[in-house]
Amino acid sequence: MRARAMRLISLELWKKWLWSLVRLVLIIGLSFVIVYPILQKISTAIKDKVDLYSPIVIWIPQHFTLDNFRQAIDIMDYWAALRNTFGLSAMTTILTALSCALAGYGFARLKFKGSNLLFVGVVLTILVPPTTILIPVYLNLKDFTLMGLIPLLTGGKSVNLLNTYWPFILTSLTANSLKAGLYIFIFRQFFRGIPKEVEEAAYIDGAGIGKTFTRIMLPNAIPAMLTVTLFSFVWQWNDSFFTTTYLTTAKVMSIQLSSLPYNLSFFLSDGVNSKADPFYMSMVQDTGILLAILPLILMYIFVQRYFVEGIERTGIVG
Amino acid sequence: MRAALLKLKPSLRTYAEKKSLYGFLYVVPWLLGFLFFFLAPLLTSLRYSFSTVTANSDGVTASFAGFKNFKEALTVNTSFNRVLTESIIDIVVNVPLIVIFSLFLAVLLNQKFIGRTAARAIFFLPVILASGIILSLESTSLVQAINDANAGATTFNALQSFELENMMLEAGMSESIVNYLTSAVNRIYQVVSQSGVQILIFLAGIQTISPQLYEASKMEGATGYEAFWKITFPMVSPLILVNVVYTIVDSVSVNAMTDLIRDTGFKSFNFGLSSAMAWIYFVVVALILAISSYVISKRVFYYE
Repeated sequence: MRARAMRLISLELWKKWLWSLVRLVLIIGLSFVIVYPILQKISTAIKDKVDLYSPIVIWIPQHFTLDNFRQAIDIMDYWAALRNTFGLSAMTTILTALSCALAGYGFARLKFKGSNLLFVGVVLTILVPPTTILIPVYLNLKDFTLMGLIPLLTGGKSVNLLNTYWPFILTSLTANSLKAGLYIFIFRQFFRGIPKEVEEAAYIDGAGIGKTFTRIMLPNAIPAMLTVTLFSFVWQWNDSFFTTTYLTTAKVMSIQLSSLPYNLSFFLSDGVNSKADPFYMSMVQDTGILLAILPLILMYIFVQRYFVEGIERTGIVG
Repeated sequence: MRAALLKLKPSLRTYAEKKSLYGFLYVVPWLLGFLFFFLAPLLTSLRYSFSTVTANSDGVTASFAGFKNFKEALTVNTSFNRVLTESIIDIVVNVPLIVIFSLFLAVLLNQKFIGRTAARAIFFLPVILASGIILSLESTSLVQAINDANAGATTFNALQSFELENMMLEAGMSESIVNYLTSAVNRIYQVVSQSGVQILIFLAGIQTISPQLYEASKMEGATGYEAFWKITFPMVSPLILVNVVYTIVDSVSVNAMTDLIRDTGFKSFNFGLSSAMAWIYFVVVALILAISSYVISKRVFYYE
């Protein structure tokens, strides 16, 4: 009897060990798949041009150099681009988070006639691919009239908002920026998860609805806020779809990155039909990508702890 | 402003009335944006798709042209049909893979093991890195290609899935399933990099399942495998719907199709044709969404 029990236990133990092993291999393998491109970029970025063709160099360069970084920083006008991108992303993030929190709370707790119908509109903004409305939005911003109000003020002329930050400010102020529908959805789900008693208690203690929102609900919504700000910041930072449509000349990271190959060939041999080494160009481009995501990675290292926690408590789930 | 509104008729408003007034006020910013930057453009785009649009220095004029643009997109344009079918096939192939993979990983990352925090941090990295411009540039990296060739990685990869394929075929599995699985193995980076948010959502869902359920099932002698299919899977099934919708929306927002639509609009300045393409695309995507959410929502289990 006892021997059998012992054998059973040891069988269980074996199974557990085997599963741990499989799990370890899986996780390490998949982590490697994710980290591999970054490692490769780092290895490429610190390589000298000669090492590119050396058959013995795969990961660790023989001739260590920072020339690629210098080149990429120069061509991308990195510091200006960094400043602009940071400003743009921070601005849209803050405005989007606030307007979406307002709308989310309105939809979740302050029901009015037709609010459910309007929420269908929110879902629609999530589902319609942005390309569908791209051209009218573009033309609208090119001759911006605000329903004929601006021509009255300026004397018959519409304003061209392209190549300014106004499209971003306006859309994020009105909770219609990049993926804003998703953020409204997250906030709504979160606020629905807060017990009604909290609100009622605040009301009995004499707080109006506005005060309840700013003093009680918003401080409670920090996890949702964190999730939304992080998503919004990162997606704005990487976005090339809207950025290249609204801004064509501004020095913003995603534009600099997408025009890097062109600028590079121009820089290397004064012409588009250059005979510059394509591998070398690719090398500098990799360095450029690395430089563009570096601030994000640094930021991520600091906030990743709150990330899972934030999503957990946003209540998308419940 | 608010104070003035309240002072106007302080005694006449009940709490509920005030609530609905504030609700409307809170939603107004979004509503304005929705009308200006979404609904109006959406209708304009629909109008453009049925007209010949000419843009000159005076502005844009659209004259009604019936179904001409749609006909041109479907029959004349050389790349539209091909790109459309390719993106649809991509979606249909990738979505189940991504959802299953992310559920599996979420279960894995929920277990206790050494280095769990680090593993989680790495698995959410794609949320940050694999979006927008970086993803599109990454696929064209030459250095990566040459490095892979140098390291013999490509031959190794091909060999690996080739072996796998043979093994499964010999085991008597149907060829199409085998092809699907091996192609999934070969595209592992694409799948991993698109499943960051989905893993997060599943992980959050798994953590809301009460531990008592697992304890009770363990007492009754359920294995881990049974616990997954009888507890975890039904409990997170609403999230499968969420994740399928999210994955579809995510994968349609930027791909070859949207590039084609944009190029038609901004490079050849054929706004009418571009709008028609965008609307065909939207209708197709809406159909996929409707079908998949209908099929899934019939099987979803709700706890309440």
